[in-house]
Amino acid sequence: MSNSPHQLGVSVRRDPDATIVTLAGEVDLRTSPQLRNTLHELLENRPPRIIIDLSDVSYVDSSGVGTIVELKRRAMRSGSDVILVGLQTRVRSVFEITRLDKFFTIAKDIDEARKV
Amino acid sequence: MSESAELNLEITSDPGELAQVREAIRKWAIVQQWSDTEVADIVLAADEALSNVIRHGYDGEPGHPIEIHVRALADDRVGSGLEIVVRDYGKQVPLDQICGRDLDDIRPGGLGVHIIHSVMSEVKYEHAPGGGMRLVMRKYRASTSASPDARPEEP
Repeated sequence: MSNSPHQLGVSVRRDPDATIVTLAGEVDLRTSPQLRNTLHELLENRPPRIIIDLSDVSYVDSSGVGTIVELKRRAMRSGSDVILVGLQTRVRSVFEITRLDKFFTIAKDIDEARKV
Repeated sequence: MSESAELNLEITSDPGELAQVREAIRKWAIVQQWSDTEVADIVLAADEALSNVIRHGYDGEPGHPIEIHVRALADDRVGSGLEIVVRDYGKQVPLDQICGRDLDDIRPGGLGVHIIHSVMSEVKYEHAPGGGMRLVMRKYRASTSASPDARPEEP
């Protein structure tokens, strides 16, 4: 997985109880299409729970937030849930500015997200 | 801090250029002694403005020019701050259509304008002479407050 600060690394791990998506880098207008493709492919397997680990995401803009909103809306229609974990202060701030922190379940880490 | 410090950038409408602009503005704002939170806000506002130009002004088509002018403000009326001007040569969007959407309507898209207004002190869109749009964003330091009468200068 690439972790260049100006690129976006995406890795996926499928556990029995959850699919865990780990992102690293920056989510902006350039990288969000790549993220959208990856996330929507995940839904094809109808995982009961998708945990998105943002611990190593240093920047997210409205296109990144919008991509994750789109995933959650589609996941809800197919009976899946989306949980965000590890939001850095600035990343959380973008969710708060757009009031989307209320739309998502946000957990401290993956262990906590498994228990939600 | 240099009160006349300026940063002028010219890019094309390629999303791949955004990271470099963010980095340049981030470094400039740090030199101008903005706080970490304010630097992050400034960078986010600039990025959202440029993303909107690429997506809406140029319909996602790469290769078109965008100019970014950043300067420190030392205005006695409103205190110190900075101004970011984003100039494009794309579509002239009706000014009354540029507004943040209802945040209670949870859906992707349309958040950029809301973010810009949230993190900047003043935001003004205008049709640029000769075509395209001109966006003027100002942010004042937390220790100063903007006069209600103070608005970005006309071009």
